[in-house]
Amino acid sequence: MAALTRKDFTSDQDVRWCPGCGDYSILANVQKVMPELDVPRENVVFVSGIGCSSRFPYYMDTYGFHTIHGRAPAFASGIKASRPELSVWVVTGDGDGLSIGGNHLLHVLRRNLDLQVLLFNNRVYGLTKGQYSPTSREGMKTKSTPQGAIDHPVDPIAFALGAGATFVARTIDVDAPHLQEMLHRAHAHPGTAFVEILQNCPVYNDHEWEEVEDRKTRVHANLAVHDGEPLVYGPKGARKGIRIADGVPSIVNLGDEDDPIAAGVAVHDEASPSPSYAFALASMQRPDFPVPTGVFRAVEKPTYESMLQAQLDHAAEERGPADLRALLESGDTWTVEG
Amino acid sequence: MAAAKKPVEELERVAIRFAGDSGDGMQVIGAKFTESTALFGNDLSTFPDFPAEIRAPAGSLAGVSGFQIHFASEDIRTPADQPDVLVVFNPAALRANAGDVRRGGMIVVNEDAFTSKNVERAGYETDPLPELRERFRVVEVPITRLTREALSDLKLSTREKDRSKNFFALGLMSWLYHRPIESTERWLRGRFEGDLLEANLRVLKAGMHFGETTELFPVSFTVPRAKIQPGRYRNITGNTALAWGVLAASVQMDRPVFLGAYPITPASDVLHELARFRHFGVRTFQAEDEIAAVSSAIGAAYAGHLAVTTTSGPGFILKQEALGLAVMTELPLVVINIQRAGPSTGMPTKTEQADLLATMYGRNSDSPVVVLAAATPGDCFYVVLEAFRLAVQHMTPVVVLSDGYLANSAEPWAIPDVASLPRPEVTQCTDPEGFAPYTRDPETLARPWAVPGTPGLEHRIGGIETEDRTGNVSYDPANHQKMVSLRAEKVARIAADMPPLEANGADHGELLVVGWGGTHGALTEAVNAARADGLDVSSIHIRHLNPFPANLGDLLSRFRKVLVAELNQGQLWRMLRAEYLVPAELLSKVEGQPFKVGEIRAKIDEMLSEGAG
Repeated sequence: MAALTRKDFTSDQDVRWCPGCGDYSILANVQKVMPELDVPRENVVFVSGIGCSSRFPYYMDTYGFHTIHGRAPAFASGIKASRPELSVWVVTGDGDGLSIGGNHLLHVLRRNLDLQVLLFNNRVYGLTKGQYSPTSREGMKTKSTPQGAIDHPVDPIAFALGAGATFVARTIDVDAPHLQEMLHRAHAHPGTAFVEILQNCPVYNDHEWEEVEDRKTRVHANLAVHDGEPLVYGPKGARKGIRIADGVPSIVNLGDEDDPIAAGVAVHDEASPSPSYAFALASMQRPDFPVPTGVFRAVEKPTYESMLQAQLDHAAEERGPADLRALLESGDTWTVEG
Repeated sequence: MAAAKKPVEELERVAIRFAGDSGDGMQVIGAKFTESTALFGNDLSTFPDFPAEIRAPAGSLAGVSGFQIHFASEDIRTPADQPDVLVVFNPAALRANAGDVRRGGMIVVNEDAFTSKNVERAGYETDPLPELRERFRVVEVPITRLTREALSDLKLSTREKDRSKNFFALGLMSWLYHRPIESTERWLRGRFEGDLLEANLRVLKAGMHFGETTELFPVSFTVPRAKIQPGRYRNITGNTALAWGVLAASVQMDRPVFLGAYPITPASDVLHELARFRHFGVRTFQAEDEIAAVSSAIGAAYAGHLAVTTTSGPGFILKQEALGLAVMTELPLVVINIQRAGPSTGMPTKTEQADLLATMYGRNSDSPVVVLAAATPGDCFYVVLEAFRLAVQHMTPVVVLSDGYLANSAEPWAIPDVASLPRPEVTQCTDPEGFAPYTRDPETLARPWAVPGTPGLEHRIGGIETEDRTGNVSYDPANHQKMVSLRAEKVARIAADMPPLEANGADHGELLVVGWGGTHGALTEAVNAARADGLDVSSIHIRHLNPFPANLGDLLSRFRKVLVAELNQGQLWRMLRAEYLVPAELLSKVEGQPFKVGEIRAKIDEMLSEGAG
């Protein structure tokens, strides 16, 4: 069979996101990466909930299930637990995944089914026309918060770490190479891979991520983390590093010739035995800190479906194949003579 | 077994109720008495009735747990309206149950528990026994003291010794009614060891010997084997039968099962039972909530499994939105709702049949599902098998309604011959030629089951209205009209795939009693007794509540009067009146308890005497 291309993963449906939506870039990159994953197209399933991001499955020429608000992780769990050979991708947003669906996101992450969760975070409700979301900044003025939002926001990365996720990453809608790398990493991870994608909503929350999307400002506003490398960012002449002491990050200025490690800059460790280092990274928010992107955490634990399969196999070995007659006649029975 | 020193009387039927604190082990001895009665060969029917609290304060009315068993040498269908014998372990149990006992019946009390403090705690102002002696045969037995004496040489704490006292009562009743105790002994040996095993075995026998030697019981009784259909039998509760029905569907349809469930009373036992059957390929998934339970099941149905979710009222309501998605995406899903008394949390361990309208009409918009109801504990097995057949062959969600009474009640069940069980055909689409997700079988209108992993059938489905045939998103007005009608018509056509409804009794006449679900035993027994007395009454029991059987309207029209009896405020009654414009009357009961035969009979007599006037 000829190698598949991006086109093979593009459905015949017109894409109906607003012009300029960050979802276009994410869709294009997912379609680009799919053929590179070496998964038969018929084994790929995209599952979504409700919201702008959740229209995603309609545009992929794979199996797709557009479900109900917030529950995509639960549908995906049923699919993956019953058919472990399928490659299951959950597409959700900050409202779908962290508001109405927060409970399901928590539980899919802790169960560690081998599937990918892509959470498009634009910090606003788009499909319902512009209310604030659980990731919106405090004070954000929207139709439902004319005096400003008074909720304290949730950070998706910290949420995923708290849920015990084994793979947690963040990337940016318009950064194609990085987004593709994160998709590859997420797919390769054996367990639930959570990827927050910073995504622009040009209609209701334009410029939310401009500092990290714009090449000029990004060098100051974004810290790309790489396993085994020190946490360093900034242009030549204004290099900075991140120290982490007692779980609290701080910024150190670095001369061009300074050795970051000697200067106490933390070295990125995806597989740190404790998640507290990753939590410290997740606590870094604008404007005080650069926004970290990359893989925050990648550790291995047995997957739910592999342990389920082990129980099925063990039971079959120990108790033999299903025997309905033996079951019905098990225990105390008696015969009534004619 | 009992010595023949004392005279033995033969009885046709007896109902015994054991009652005590919820920690006293009433359900255990009830179940053991039931097993030995079944093995002995009587027909039987049981009714466990217990509080939701695991350990309510000792001696309180709220904590009283009861187990009633009715056994007979003839065909019986209910746990009996009134127990002939009540065995109580404390004053609270007496207070909660004495009013139910047949006048002139026997009340066996553990006299050691009738301290003035306990009597007061039960809410009695004075010792209740003198007054009760006037209406009942009250037998006072020092059960606690005799238990401790029997165990005096064992190195157990008093507390541990006292925990066996339920087996004293079981031994006593086993002697009084000539029940074999071997199955109980076997069970004890598998469950306990050392001194605890010795204690329970010894106390069980001490209870028997006490009956034999004491003058308190001058006579013992036998209830001869029942003259029931020849064959091999076992005891079964509704919840076990539901679980085994799921297993049978898997075997008969050659498909693995996925159960998504969240613990809820009284449905959890089905999850527990199915979790034991990994070797049948059963995947049980204890979800984080009711919504995830149904959602995961729909995911598994989409992926090609026989998918089921089990729940009870409040949980069922949480599933409704996802159930609507299963309607929209036309996936085969079985939802089992073991109804309980509500609204809201209601009375979790008490029975009711009040979720019918919620099942029919409780989702947003026009959202038809197939609705089936089980009639007896054993029938739960066949209903589930039927539910999976309809779900898969017609590509539709099917809701099975059971109730708290069926869930925990036991009856002797003729073990089905596996070879004679249906083997419903399962069709899965594999041919990409001309495939579209919403094409339909011309007869059933079912769409193809096209599961992930099938090359060439990649497609998208979802909760947004879909275009006929293609399944693409569509907001077209005419298409929506068509799709709403197609979904309704698909379910309606299932009436052609069901056997006609048959009346119990004549198929025409003066009065037709209509019921559904777990009231079958009481309704049938009342109607049969009335017919035996020469009354012109028949009954029907509706198993397919949506769609209704094709001949239902005709049957209703053949009777001058129609009575709908149900444990709600008139749900089937409303459906029948709306559908068939029949001026049916309603017998409603919402006490959290099943119908008594006498209540139905009284209504039958009332309606027939009106007619005669």
